Amino acid sequence: MTQQMQPRAVERTLGENLVEAENIKVHFPITAGIFQRTVGRVRAVDDVTFEIRKGETLGLVGESGCGKSTTGRALIRLRELTEGTVRFDGVDLFSLKSDALRRMRRRMQIIFQDPYSSLNPRMTVGSIISEPIETHKLASGKAKLERVKELLSLVGLNPRYTNRYPHEFSGGQRQRIGVARALAVEPEFIVCDEPISALDVSIQAQVLNLLVELRAQFGLTYLFIAHDLSVVRHISDRVGVMYLGKLVELGPPTAIYETPAHPYTRALLSAVPIPDPKSERRRKRVILTGDVPSPANPPSGCRFHTRCWLYEKLGRPENCRTEDPELRTVQPDHRAACHYAEDAMQSDVGVAHLGAEPIKRKAFGTGAVPEPVVATSAVSSTSPRGTDAEPAG
Amino acid sequence: MTATDDDRRTDHGSPAVAELPDFESPEAVSLETEEGRRLASQLVDEKTKHARKLLEVRDLSTQFYTKDGIVHAVDGVSFELDYGETLGLVGESGCGKSVTALSLTRLVPDPPGKIVSGEIIFDGVNVMKLSNEEMRLLRGKRIGFIFQDPMTSLNPTLTIGFQIAESARLHLGLSQRAADDRAAELLAKVGIPRARDRMKDYPHQFSGGMRQRVMIAIALACDPMLLLADEPTTALDVTIQAQILELIRSLSEEFGTAVILITHDLGIAAGMCHRVNVMYAGQIVETGLVDDLFDNPRMPYAWGLLDSLPRLDEQRGARLRTIEGMPPDLLHTGGECRFSPRCPYVRDVCRSAEPELSPREEELHSARCFGTEPGGWIQ
Repeated sequence: MTQQMQPRAVERTLGENLVEAENIKVHFPITAGIFQRTVGRVRAVDDVTFEIRKGETLGLVGESGCGKSTTGRALIRLRELTEGTVRFDGVDLFSLKSDALRRMRRRMQIIFQDPYSSLNPRMTVGSIISEPIETHKLASGKAKLERVKELLSLVGLNPRYTNRYPHEFSGGQRQRIGVARALAVEPEFIVCDEPISALDVSIQAQVLNLLVELRAQFGLTYLFIAHDLSVVRHISDRVGVMYLGKLVELGPPTAIYETPAHPYTRALLSAVPIPDPKSERRRKRVILTGDVPSPANPPSGCRFHTRCWLYEKLGRPENCRTEDPELRTVQPDHRAACHYAEDAMQSDVGVAHLGAEPIKRKAFGTGAVPEPVVATSAVSSTSPRGTDAEPAG
Repeated sequence: MTATDDDRRTDHGSPAVAELPDFESPEAVSLETEEGRRLASQLVDEKTKHARKLLEVRDLSTQFYTKDGIVHAVDGVSFELDYGETLGLVGESGCGKSVTALSLTRLVPDPPGKIVSGEIIFDGVNVMKLSNEEMRLLRGKRIGFIFQDPMTSLNPTLTIGFQIAESARLHLGLSQRAADDRAAELLAKVGIPRARDRMKDYPHQFSGGMRQRVMIAIALACDPMLLLADEPTTALDVTIQAQILELIRSLSEEFGTAVILITHDLGIAAGMCHRVNVMYAGQIVETGLVDDLFDNPRMPYAWGLLDSLPRLDEQRGARLRTIEGMPPDLLHTGGECRFSPRCPYVRDVCRSAEPELSPREEELHSARCFGTEPGGWIQ
């Protein structure tokens, strides 16, 4: 079974579309009264169109309630669509039934945010990871056990721990178990739904590095959902920004982070704290006023106009209130949904000043040399790799 | 802001500050006149008063007694805070930053917790020696709190207006009416539109960011000298976080309130704090002015933490530098540097003795690391 884990010949060549979402809408009914009458609809995702190319990582950012998680789930049919289509490798995902759907599901997986609630506390790590292998009849008996061990070591856990339960592991380790479970069926596409936001800072980098390594090793395509813009910038080939159920901007990180064309993206960027005191003092912030409006009753026209600084600056142009701006191309491979995207791009609001002498710190871990006199045996001064594989407590 | 304003000022024990000219305009004080000399001497008094620290914490240790043993949640923490200063308490979950804040106001649940040693001097008063009644006064009036989760820290059965006015009534002795006025004024100050009307609303009628604003209004109701903000924006979205941080910053400047900001987000500490204490496994492992600490961290943990963050203003890299391993459990501590199992620079000495928090090159900068002591092996 080990040959299953051979790296696929997929080099990270971007091009062909793996996932295509066309005008997708996901609305949830609001019910009231004893008969649960529908009195309104939450437009969680409202007419979103984009594509994910083979081998790329598409980052999806936005504030809570903007619809990014719902979009991610709709792409792998964990949510039914209200309208629109999702094509996976050219096949309409929502037309598939029973066996065909199950076969397709093997190609797509999800990693959840909360490593505490996404693992069944009554199941051992071994059975958690082998469950998808059984469902898809990929291996059985001894081969299955071998496969589970292989997956555990792949995500940096000790393969001996198949009989342990989730509570014996720390948050970072549990997230690794979640990653192993997703990899068990050798998927091509993984939706990572806030995979590191529940983890501690020093553990976040470990899991992020693991995801990057696995991507390179197996040619995976990721939809990486997060609210942390620095993390998304780090891992993504392209970044989509959502606001109130709409995709408002989409483009490569250089475009999104250096010449953002949507005023919301600029506001979002300017709100991200940078761990550099000098940089923080130098930045030009726009503080958005008010809260995100309710997705049950979104504002007319452009949904952002109620909080938009550019709308105010331009003297409240009428079309912002009346016309819903389309996601249009403003630069090659860079789309934005704003009537005044060109004006937004001219602004210097929110952009972190690249190259403006960031902190010059020596890289952590450099210059770590072994102790000159080695009295005790085999005391290495390099980092104790593998300590993470020990269970907590 | 008239009668109540003056009341609050005298509460601080400072002699009628409102009548004094600003420190920034000394030319307003003429030493030629009797009056001028009197004012000048008062000014000097003010300054010497403020030369004292607002808060001095010495060798504070708080332990929790669990069935697995004694958890050394806070272990020998010492630090000081100036009047009006913003101090960051930074670290990962379980490092003791929140327990430190609870200990300062003796709010550690007992049992299972207990402050086992230490001295806390707040504005010249030894907090450890106060009676429960005096403690209650100190908490509401002199020290304000903002907690992480505004939903669980507000009472869902009482109106917002009542909850803000309550502390003004109890601690400042205002009448119901004056307290309501003050509540409305505060609510407007923290940026809630139609403050008068919204006082009749209940917490569930507010969004997360608005609830946190209400928490800030309650914390500031008695014009405290110290604001303890424990992860005030962790539950909020980034644009709302920016609003709340801006609010805390501007209000602390306006009222001269000192702030202890507890956060795991180094970016927030960089933007908000004058000084930062980094905590690890119940101890302060590094402390310094924010620029010194971020430019030149002298404790490998702080250094590794800073380096493991992806940053908006850096070139995109393939691999993040990480700190291997996990924080230790706090049942077994002592005898070695607590970071030594994860430290790439570790040497034998780190495993055989525990380093002290000792000064580094820059003023106010100290670290707990053998390797960065003068003549150490980490450069």
